[in-house]
Amino acid sequence: MRQAKTLSAHPARRVRWMHRDRAIALAMIAPSALAIAVFVYGFIGWTAYISMTDWRGLTMSTSFVGFDNYLTIFNTGRFQTNIRNLIVFTAFFLASCLVIGLLLAVLVDSRIRAEGFFRSVYIFPMALSFIVTGVVWQWLFAPGNWPNDPTGINLLFKQSGLGFLQAAWTTDTNVVPGWRIEGVRTRIGIPMAMIPVVVAAVWQMSGFVMAMYLAGLRGIPEEIKEAARVDGATEWQVFRTITLPMLQPITLSAVIILGHISLKIFDLIVTMTGGAPGNNTEVPGLYMYEITFKANKFAEGAAVAMVMLVVVALLVAPYLIYNRRTEVER
Amino acid sequence: MFTTKWLKLFGIFSILALVLAACGGAPATTQPTAAPSQPTTAPAGGGKLEIFSWWTNGGEADGLNAMFDIYKQQNPNIDIVNATVAGGAGTNAKTVLKTRLQGGQPPDSWQVHAGKELTSYVDAGQMEPLTQFFKEQGFDKVMPPKLLEQITYNGEIWSVPVNIHRSNVLWYNIKIFQENGLTPPKTIDDFFTVAETLQAKGIIPLAVGGKDKFETPHLFESVLLAVFGPEDYAKLFQPGADWNDPRVRQAAEIARRMLEYSNSDRSSLGWADAAQLVLDGKAAMTIMGDWAHGYFISKGAKVGVDYGYAAAPGTEGVFMWLSDSFGLAKGAPNPAQAKAWLALCGSREGQDAFNPKKGSIPARTDADVSLYDEYLQYSIKAFGSEQLAPSVVHGAAAPEAYMTEYGNALNVFASDLDVDAVVEALQDAAKDLK
Repeated sequence: MRQAKTLSAHPARRVRWMHRDRAIALAMIAPSALAIAVFVYGFIGWTAYISMTDWRGLTMSTSFVGFDNYLTIFNTGRFQTNIRNLIVFTAFFLASCLVIGLLLAVLVDSRIRAEGFFRSVYIFPMALSFIVTGVVWQWLFAPGNWPNDPTGINLLFKQSGLGFLQAAWTTDTNVVPGWRIEGVRTRIGIPMAMIPVVVAAVWQMSGFVMAMYLAGLRGIPEEIKEAARVDGATEWQVFRTITLPMLQPITLSAVIILGHISLKIFDLIVTMTGGAPGNNTEVPGLYMYEITFKANKFAEGAAVAMVMLVVVALLVAPYLIYNRRTEVER
Repeated sequence: MFTTKWLKLFGIFSILALVLAACGGAPATTQPTAAPSQPTTAPAGGGKLEIFSWWTNGGEADGLNAMFDIYKQQNPNIDIVNATVAGGAGTNAKTVLKTRLQGGQPPDSWQVHAGKELTSYVDAGQMEPLTQFFKEQGFDKVMPPKLLEQITYNGEIWSVPVNIHRSNVLWYNIKIFQENGLTPPKTIDDFFTVAETLQAKGIIPLAVGGKDKFETPHLFESVLLAVFGPEDYAKLFQPGADWNDPRVRQAAEIARRMLEYSNSDRSSLGWADAAQLVLDGKAAMTIMGDWAHGYFISKGAKVGVDYGYAAAPGTEGVFMWLSDSFGLAKGAPNPAQAKAWLALCGSREGQDAFNPKKGSIPARTDADVSLYDEYLQYSIKAFGSEQLAPSVVHGAAAPEAYMTEYGNALNVFASDLDVDAVVEALQDAAKDLK
């Protein structure tokens, strides 16, 4: 464009030239923009509209009921349980992935032999589908008729003389501490059956976090660390005051990526527990599927979908705003 | 410069959103690769017929193919499009089916549980009434009046039952019962006596699954039937039914005690895993529909040697039925071919080809009994002579919205064994009875 400016004598021609440039650009993105406008945003709008109708059964209904469906779902014990489970799952999943991912990254980064091999080993689970992970870990965590006739991990424990470690795993019906609060139709606490699900999810995704942190670690200039060491800082001080702060943008990205996976989790839980025992591992994604396609309560299903959208938006939107701001600054 | 930046940003967003949309669209690959249905009827002597079902494996698929073979003989020039979607009890198939119906692309005929489950399709105006067709074909003469009454909705019959399964069956390990000098329990009290004896011997008295999410609801419908008896049981699923009846609590108490005599890893086992426990001699009994019979046979077990059968405790003399059936789509692309298919589904020839392979009994009373094995012959006799009660879990007694709520109440109960909570949840669920 700078060239165009110097070459063209008339300002009017320059403007037209700009226009053609823009027209081509617009033409290039128009098909995808249109497709997205219809198939993503259009249908989000449609879902929002459905969620405010009284559509039940296979006949579509368009009579407007406002936020009734939202009130209904938030008042059912089942959906409250789902929200509890989602919070527990997301918190444990994020925390474990970040800690384990960082730990692995630091280990792999410490100039060990066969670094490439270990890197691949840790990242490999990410190549699997959550469906595969779910099925395999479901077998592993099926407790069998323990403690005498166990299966899976319990059997491993028994055979290796660690029988006292056997547990009910995915069939554990306890919620710890399981408080009851007036007006809340679910027990508040950590559903123990969720722990194996978190283990499976962390097994799959921590390698990915490791890869991100590894890239971050490699991006920290060695000179800064050297300077600190010359000033007499211990390795721990170097790690805490230089490495960790410089990894902060990586942590933010990891939280966003893992967070949106976690809030929309469906496939892993379907194959691993199906939401059982009771609804102790059920999340809104499963509930939405079940009330929409099994119970034919399309409006309530749409309401659950909108709640999920809002929850994910609450996580992603601040990140996008932050990103745009830094980009504009640049 | 600012505008190009915006354009760039917008472009990136567009691509990102397309990628996301593509990811979101992934489940679409599970849809059947059905040819688009033709809006016009093909001329007689040619054309095609599209059948939608979830029978994809083992005896089910064999039975369906046996019916297809007969259909092809009768209608040589018609192409059968078999739009199956795999998945037990049709959970996945129903999702695809509902999507197609919403999109106005119905198959000619689809598999549906006979009874209340199909009322949602009827209410949506997606099915053609078949009462007249039943009269023309004479089905109304050869199917039990009680069954016809239970599949009638709004004064019309809407689907042709192909088979009958029995829900309230107790399967037991014969060796365990012989070694301990026990007989299969006839009443609820008998059951607890037997269970106590077995428990003391270190054998799991009752194997119960939970992974397929219908096992505990299934157990509970047998308990409800035992406590209420067939007449009052059927009334429980009528609109405005009285779930405040003290017998509901009584049934829940019985179910709680039964579950306490069962394996603790219920939620990690499917119904077939529970049946396997009985076959392996780890558990003594399981209450499951007679598809368990098909499972036992597929594992090489012999009825009367390895495993025995009896009515679920307290339900002797009552046949709790469920039935797979085919209906006629409103606006079916090929109505003539579809009617020929339905005529075959209801015919003696069709039912006798299908059922011995599927491991179920015909819905007609005039079947050739010699084609069926020992258990099925017993079942045919029972179906003809005993009182009938519709299964709720398998779609015969109540609409889908209710089934989902009922099922969830019982699945939560299987986990927390909280009688108060399940009674309250069942009372809540009754609002969905229509």
